[in-house]
Amino acid sequence: MVIQNNFVLSHCGAFAAHKTRKSMLLTILSGFLASILLIPFGRYLRFERGGFMALLPALLFLYLLSYIPVIGRGEVPFEHYEWVPSLAVNLDFKMDGLSLLFSLLITGIGTLIFLYAGSYMKGQAYADRFYGFLYLFMASMLGLVLSDNILLIFIFWELTSISSFFLIGFNNTDPASRKSALTALAVTGLGGFFLLTGMILMGNIAGTNSISKLTELAAAIRADNLYPLILSLVVAGAFTKSAQFPFHFWLPGAMKAPTPVSAYLHSATMVKAGVFLLARLSPVLGDTTAWSYTLMTAGGVTMLYAAVHSLLRTDLKGILAYSTISALGVLTFLIGLGTPEALTAAVTFTVVHALYKASLFLTTGIIDHETGTRDISGLSGLRKVLLPVFFAGILSALSSAGMPLLFGFVSKDLIYEATLHAEGQFAVFFTSIMVLTNLCLVAAGFMAGIRPFTGALPPEYSGLHLPHWQMWVPPLLLAICGLFFGVLPAIAGGSIVSPAVNAMTPEETEVHLKVWHGFNTVLALSVATLAAGTGLYFLNKPGIRKLRFAERFENLSPAAFSGRITAGFTRFSSWYTNIMHNGFLRSYILKIIIFAEILLAWELLGGGPVYINFDRLSSAGIYEIVNILILILAVVLTVTTSSRLTAVVAMSVVGYGICLMFVYYSAPDLAMTQFTIDTLTVVLFVFVLFNLPPFLNVANKKIMTRDAVVALAFGSILSITALKALQEPTETTVSKFYSDFAYTLAKGKNVVNVILVDFRGFDTMFEIVVLSIAALGVYSLIKLKLRPSEKE
Amino acid sequence: MELLLIFLIGILYAAGIYLMLRRSMVRLLLGIMLLGNGCNLLIFLLGNITKGKPPVIAEHAKTFTDIYADPVPQALILTAIVISFGLTSFAIVLLKRVYLLVNTDDLDGLNTPEEEDL
Repeated sequence: MVIQNNFVLSHCGAFAAHKTRKSMLLTILSGFLASILLIPFGRYLRFERGGFMALLPALLFLYLLSYIPVIGRGEVPFEHYEWVPSLAVNLDFKMDGLSLLFSLLITGIGTLIFLYAGSYMKGQAYADRFYGFLYLFMASMLGLVLSDNILLIFIFWELTSISSFFLIGFNNTDPASRKSALTALAVTGLGGFFLLTGMILMGNIAGTNSISKLTELAAAIRADNLYPLILSLVVAGAFTKSAQFPFHFWLPGAMKAPTPVSAYLHSATMVKAGVFLLARLSPVLGDTTAWSYTLMTAGGVTMLYAAVHSLLRTDLKGILAYSTISALGVLTFLIGLGTPEALTAAVTFTVVHALYKASLFLTTGIIDHETGTRDISGLSGLRKVLLPVFFAGILSALSSAGMPLLFGFVSKDLIYEATLHAEGQFAVFFTSIMVLTNLCLVAAGFMAGIRPFTGALPPEYSGLHLPHWQMWVPPLLLAICGLFFGVLPAIAGGSIVSPAVNAMTPEETEVHLKVWHGFNTVLALSVATLAAGTGLYFLNKPGIRKLRFAERFENLSPAAFSGRITAGFTRFSSWYTNIMHNGFLRSYILKIIIFAEILLAWELLGGGPVYINFDRLSSAGIYEIVNILILILAVVLTVTTSSRLTAVVAMSVVGYGICLMFVYYSAPDLAMTQFTIDTLTVVLFVFVLFNLPPFLNVANKKIMTRDAVVALAFGSILSITALKALQEPTETTVSKFYSDFAYTLAKGKNVVNVILVDFRGFDTMFEIVVLSIAALGVYSLIKLKLRPSEKE
Repeated sequence: MELLLIFLIGILYAAGIYLMLRRSMVRLLLGIMLLGNGCNLLIFLLGNITKGKPPVIAEHAKTFTDIYADPVPQALILTAIVISFGLTSFAIVLLKRVYLLVNTDDLDGLNTPEEEDL
């Protein structure tokens, strides 16, 4: 059977304006709307199973299917809405082959996930909120893959990080779950920061944020001096999201999430977002040596490292987590390779992996749900009780192994073809590490999809029965999809894979997806991989011993390293908080004063010489000098006395002294006010505080000296500032205005009074308001009678 | 004379800040009041100080004929004095309330810090 489809598509650089549809925005917003309604109001909904939640993704999936013929005709629907035009952040959406492929995966697998979750989460508290976050996540992913604006991509990128944080940490009573969620958020958030920086640099060079226009300007960006920096930033962002070595460690931790979340995030969506970004930007940034080397090194290391790791796990979800990381490594590697063959292989493998990995996660979830364990060493013979689940598991495992007539076989052929045809002397090397990786993945797939079902059924599981159909139908459906496309790959090849590949390559590419390639090296490699992988599966007995062995290297792993950074950061923060925010008022005052001193001293040092302006000085009479001496004595007494009454009296002497100064220097109004206020203050002080305990005298010479130094320094700095102010001529325009018009305009002769009650009458009115509020406060505090229970 | 005033302002500021750094609540309040007085004097000094010439227009004149003290700083200080009285009186009563509740003049009696230092 030779099925061959030749799709020669005209790649659309220009947008074929598609006027009739304007609904990509609606597609994305519907999910956001659902989540906005569900998260706060979902608790008022009463439902047994949440399966009906799958309706929205199902509708979206069906609607998106209708784009297949449109894309097939070579059109690229485009929507543009202005959002923040001044920052060039616009709601630009573009549906090309790549977007379509990913949005179909997101909604299609999403439908099944929602259906599955409806049963899986049954009876869970806060299930409504769970669906809300899942909708939020789905909508963000859709927005991400449909955006044609790099800043818009970043916004959706961050939204996926945030919503996945809530999903991973959904079991928020479990500390391990919370920690995993935080780790995932920290790693992907850090990546988002890199990504944003890279995106902004890229946008600045090209002068546009539109990806379509960036693609046209790709040559200029690649030639720019900043290209290496942009490349490393963007790639770092993609690697954190796609769990590439050394950022991979958040992904196994994220397995703490409820299984539907793991299945959704790690098969079709979250982790594929990084791969999508690389694919999306490969026409802009790709096709350089730096790009290829970076991606292929990271991808190569990741795929081999994670594949070997997956064999050591005994936890079903752990096996799947590491094989997922390995698959992501394969995808990164292929995008780095960048030949049309490699890109075809990458796109096909994306679909294949999404199908079998989602299915395997869901079967794992069923096993966990029914037996209460995910440890493969204790699971066997489950085919006898969970037959449809077994079919799903075995089909998916075989697809992952690349068994002929399953979709995995097609993608494995394409991958080998791509590595064999790689330029230069590396072809053999690439192919051999790919074979090694696949070998491990075959065994890992069998461990997850077949081992729990084979062998003898332990008696304690004999009472198990099949769960609700909403749980076992989705994985089976996904597995059957793998079988369907495996038998008829041309259907997927023509409708989805071909347009997606063409969206990534500037030249037109023919995509042939076929089951049979004839007897050649590729087939030989495929068969060898399958055989050796099967052998490895039977030989490899993961157990505690091997896990311990792997744990010995944990100290050197990036996870431990990041843990140490986090711990150090926490220590630093608590140290800093203890220093800066210790809850002692005087310590805050001290810091503020010292900071002000440094600031003022800096300004004084840099502001030219300080000299005494003798022109501005006036003579001092004997009365003034005596008055100032009294004032200084009173101040010193206020500070040094240990009796409160003495302090208050000394304080009032200071007030009266200043009052006298006002009298000498032509300020009768001030003198009167100061006199009144000072008297009132003393009266209030004595009335209210006469029965206070004696002054608290906690004498500590060292601290007192320190405070004295700080206080004297501040006083000196202020004196110097005042001296400096005297160097400048006084500005008299304002006072001249008031003096000239005090009588002519306001009919008053006391200028100070006129200013207060006439020129600045409103200010005075508000001052009165402030005083009234203070008076109310004083009155109510005096009248306040606390019940004994409220006193402490 | 200005130099003496500058010296006095420095002393008032220094004393105010020193008192604000004490543990006693009453001293904190006294410190704020001293600081306020220093601030008023500083504003007063920055307008030219003039002896015996209040900014009041003579009985039969419509504008000033002689030199006069700057009225703007005076208006500012007058506002400041009144507002600081509002602050002081409220603080005094509040102090009294706090004392009735915690029975101490110690600022540290108001919080429960983790460690005893400073």
